[in-house]
Amino acid sequence: MSISVPEKGWYSKPLDKEEKVWVAIAVAWCLLTFFLMPVWHVVGKQNPSSESYKVDPVKFNELAAAFAEKYKVGEENGIPVVRPPAGSDVFVVAGSYQWRPILELEKGKEYRIHLSSTDFQHGFSVVSPKFVMNYMALPGYDYVLKVTPTEAGTYSIICNEFCGMGHHIMIGKLIVK
Amino acid sequence: MAQQNFRTCPTTGLKVHLPAEGLIKANAVVAVVAILIGGIAALAVLLTRVPAVHILPADWFYRLLTAHALDMLVVWIIFFEVAGLYFGGAVLLNSRLAAPKVAWFAFLLMVVGAVIVNAIVLMGGADVTFTSYPPLKAHPAYYLGIILFAVGTLTAVGLFFGTLAIAKKEKTYDGSLPMVTFGLMSAAIIAVLTLAHGAAIYIPTFLWSIGVLPSIDPSMYRIIWWGFGHPSQQINVCAMVSVWYLLATLTTGAKPLNEKLCRTAFLLYVLFINVASEHHLLVDPVLSTAHKIVNTSYVMHLAVLASMIHAFAVPAMTEVALRNKGYTKGLFEWLKKAPWGEPGFSAMMLSLFIFGFVGGITGVTFGTEQISIIRHNTWAITGHFHGTVVGGTTLAFMGLTYYVVPLIFRREIISKKAAQIQPYLFGIGVFIMANAMMFAGSYGIPRRHWDITFAGAAFPYSFDPTAMLFMTLAGLGGLLAITGGAIYVLNTVGSVFFGKKIS
Repeated sequence: MSISVPEKGWYSKPLDKEEKVWVAIAVAWCLLTFFLMPVWHVVGKQNPSSESYKVDPVKFNELAAAFAEKYKVGEENGIPVVRPPAGSDVFVVAGSYQWRPILELEKGKEYRIHLSSTDFQHGFSVVSPKFVMNYMALPGYDYVLKVTPTEAGTYSIICNEFCGMGHHIMIGKLIVK
Repeated sequence: MAQQNFRTCPTTGLKVHLPAEGLIKANAVVAVVAILIGGIAALAVLLTRVPAVHILPADWFYRLLTAHALDMLVVWIIFFEVAGLYFGGAVLLNSRLAAPKVAWFAFLLMVVGAVIVNAIVLMGGADVTFTSYPPLKAHPAYYLGIILFAVGTLTAVGLFFGTLAIAKKEKTYDGSLPMVTFGLMSAAIIAVLTLAHGAAIYIPTFLWSIGVLPSIDPSMYRIIWWGFGHPSQQINVCAMVSVWYLLATLTTGAKPLNEKLCRTAFLLYVLFINVASEHHLLVDPVLSTAHKIVNTSYVMHLAVLASMIHAFAVPAMTEVALRNKGYTKGLFEWLKKAPWGEPGFSAMMLSLFIFGFVGGITGVTFGTEQISIIRHNTWAITGHFHGTVVGGTTLAFMGLTYYVVPLIFRREIISKKAAQIQPYLFGIGVFIMANAMMFAGSYGIPRRHWDITFAGAAFPYSFDPTAMLFMTLAGLGGLLAITGGAIYVLNTVGSVFFGKKIS
């Protein structure tokens, strides 16, 4: 009984055959998934980035604004549309319930997206009917995502970390040409 | 020890320490009040998330979402667990409870903490959701309420250890601890480590909210907060597994087949489950890949192994007990003839099934680096933990309630019929809801989001209509679960106050 003191000698009772088989299956399964995680990191083509830097949110915002100004090709709803050189370092800043700027990236080129926030924690969530991709944007940290767009189209960036009363209208864009 | 402070339970023959009994009752009652409040909030939140209904305004949605999480995940579950600790410590060991007056003080701290937190959330002073990630800032009273609640909990956990020491010293039992008490002890050890993380993060955050500290680093907060946030769910896992063993014994007279195996599994929980909490941070900056992999893969699988062992041991002991009753025909007669009409049994089996197949498997899967990229912060995560903590822990606790009422409150359940169908309604509802949430999440539907149609946003975005269909399905499953929850609360409260007295 689970509610009473176990019989004397419980410690030296050997495992039955069924128990041994099950434990062996469980251990084998755990070992498999245990090894798959690092193996997949090496063999697989998509991993979360581990490159990040501590930054001053104000300075980061200035850098990003200068970047947007330099490569600006238009504007939508007050948010600059930016076409940076192929394969360069680009910025995405979360803040005041916006994702700035709207990037226009070239298909097949690798970019380094510098992701950060000027106010609260935000969830950088790229959504499209084809795929979903999520990373955290934290104020005070520059998260560098190496991204190579493979398919042309317009993608939406929504926020999926609660950031205040404008959380649900926080939406931006990412264009791949 | 004054002998008149005890009564002997006519059903189990256990010696029940009367002050302990009073405390078990008080903690259990508050737990049920919490699930009532959390359930009302759940209904409002659920009906807001179903796009076609969408009843709450944005501010009240986030407010009630915060209250729902706190009342369910913290107040309901922890009060029930404290009742469980006093039961497993004092009653199962035929012992007196250590310092009942201090236990009442702990109870008071927890009640005051819970009331403060609820009041401040409902007054709009803590629109920060359950995780309260800085720089989002709540009213200082919010953090203070949580700290008071945690101090009360830690005191109760300490009294449980004190009770174990008293029982050993006064030789109220002979031999090793019963399995249920051993499991609860594992939960209590995890609770101490968890609450230490809680203190390490909520105290500085409180100091920041009153202006003593200039800022809280968002990344540091996430790392330490999740050292509290996820392990607190591991306390629930450990307590739930203990309740499985308890219910298997109460409903079929089962006894663990190999005590050493099951106890080793609990030991694995204690040693490894706490460390593996960084799967929340897989798509965060700061931590290195090696750090993330070691934490979420290497260490976690030893805890998964423990769950695999319990997932075998509990059904196996049940099967043996039922076969001993003569249900030996074929492979499955024992399963067919099992006491499915016994709410404790159906709740245990459904809890085991939902926890393992819905909550557990998805937890292990979502906790890998690459899948985290596509599932992080989507509604799929909400689906995962409703599988573990609602379909698993809450359902198991509900099943146990049908024994707590007659054995501790000494009242008959007023509606046996309602008690019979309740675990099925609740379990099937949660099963549908959690799965639908996960399918919706796979389309990128975010969690904690008031309006996924983005009305009034700068740019439009429409999710796949299939995702909307799954959101509606989650709503239907949720309504079923809430109906089951309402029946549970009504039946329990009704029985405690108006049930026929058992002498």
